[in-house]
Amino acid sequence: MTPLNIVFIYLGLILLLGVGSSFFARGSSSDYFKASHSVGPILLLLTVFGTTMTAFALVGSSGEAFKRGIGVYGLMASWSGLIHSAVFFLVGIKLWSFGKKYGYNTQIQFFRERYESKALGFMLFPVLVGLVIPYLLIGVKAGGGALAAISEDQFSAKWASALICGIVLVYVFFGGMRGTTWANAMQTLIFMITGVIAFYMISNKLGGVSAAIEAAQAKSPSHLTREKIGHAEFFSYFLIPLSVGMFPHLFQHWLTAKSAKAFKLSVVLHPICIMLVWVPCVLIGVWAVAHFPADTKHTGVMMKMIGLLDTPTMVGILSAGILAAIMSSLDSQFMCVGTMFTNDVLFNIKDESTFTDKQKIWAGRIFIILIVVITWILAQYTTKSIFSMAVWCFSGFTGLFPIVFAALYWKRATKAGAIAALFVTAITWCALFFSNVKLVLGCKPVTFIFLASAVAMFIVSMLSKPPSDETVQKFFPEKA
Amino acid sequence: MTPKARNVVIICVAVFMVLHHDFWLWEDGTLVFGFLPSGLAYHAVYSIVIAVFWFLVMKFAWPQAIEDFAESGDEEKDGGEE
Repeated sequence: MTPLNIVFIYLGLILLLGVGSSFFARGSSSDYFKASHSVGPILLLLTVFGTTMTAFALVGSSGEAFKRGIGVYGLMASWSGLIHSAVFFLVGIKLWSFGKKYGYNTQIQFFRERYESKALGFMLFPVLVGLVIPYLLIGVKAGGGALAAISEDQFSAKWASALICGIVLVYVFFGGMRGTTWANAMQTLIFMITGVIAFYMISNKLGGVSAAIEAAQAKSPSHLTREKIGHAEFFSYFLIPLSVGMFPHLFQHWLTAKSAKAFKLSVVLHPICIMLVWVPCVLIGVWAVAHFPADTKHTGVMMKMIGLLDTPTMVGILSAGILAAIMSSLDSQFMCVGTMFTNDVLFNIKDESTFTDKQKIWAGRIFIILIVVITWILAQYTTKSIFSMAVWCFSGFTGLFPIVFAALYWKRATKAGAIAALFVTAITWCALFFSNVKLVLGCKPVTFIFLASAVAMFIVSMLSKPPSDETVQKFFPEKA
Repeated sequence: MTPKARNVVIICVAVFMVLHHDFWLWEDGTLVFGFLPSGLAYHAVYSIVIAVFWFLVMKFAWPQAIEDFAESGDEEKDGGEE
């Protein structure tokens, strides 16, 4: 069986699962947008993990390890293990509780009420969508590239990415959040299992794990150390995982949880899941140093290493695993942008109560189609690498983190403070992004975006009128 | 979560942030078990220790009040209207 056939079988199964989930739908907009708060701990763990690990985790990590060595694990994976879980615990559970209690479908609905400002919602919307779109581009670009490589250029990357987008669109369109959750869970299992298989098969092909690493050590000893990474940069990377606290697609996944207890498994096992995926990928990237010249396009390293295997069946299975990792984020992001357009724009222009439940679902679906088409078109013009695009995208979300953290833990946080933090983030992000800086004083640019945003949030909140007592009582109940 | 438990969690997270910076292994390419560079081995173990830490937090510092708040009182309204 050719690798392409295996990939098509995988795509067919995902399609079937996603569309099949629509038979369990309850027909309400609450079910379409948040699966009726029915998701238990295991599904939540798999979907949250699958959503946070994208092309960036499999393709980006191995590519970056090929370039910079084993330090990539410390930069992203071990920091994420600590910080992601902390954010799930400190931010996710609280947001879930407000979402459940007050019936929010999107983050912006929460911020509008917490900060008593419709205007803030309108300002946040383009910023959040503007940051999700590059994140979507990562998946579309990587998925198209991977499928084109698997097909040995029978498909161009352009049409391969169209196929990926089309499949995701179909199951998100019919299955809504439930379809997304089911497909996500299956994709997460597939990419975790295939990651382990890839590690085993590739190491066997290279003569075992010891021989593989020794060959890399002989060619480039620095890849086994962190000589290529500065201390300040290594430390400043801790800010990047804070971005998950502002991911709109993750917020929507949190809302699907049946109870707060469903979060426990995600908080505890998330660092282990990251380790199971990242250690093999980083090692594969480092092993590649011995087999490919240093000027090899680093985003293609994982596919090149899989290509070393002679068995077409294995190549097909492992390629399906890569696509699973990519698609497990794409679907959530498409779903969330559609939900945001429906709830944060449409229902603010035209009163929500004038729509029937069916019309709300169709509005969401139309927006999802629009976003898929726009993303696909933009992906054809993107030239940045997956790793750098992801880091810039995460940096923007991290800049917005003070807005959510203050909303949950600081009664004195005001709408003026939140608006100031939003503008300061947008300005510093644009200034640093367009000046194309990689490091500032040895630290990642995110350090300055975050600090500027946090300072703006604090100073402007202190100088502006505090929120009303009613809002404080609503979001800071006595015992919560 | 009691203020004492919350402070312990914050202190532990701060300690883990310091432990993340293993400068002593920065330029050490020694292989652990013959295949794992020492810096990577350290961070893999670090990930496991963090999972154990979060398990203990879930066991001893679970914020029950947040769950009670979400489950109590009014029915959910749809859409978050103002």
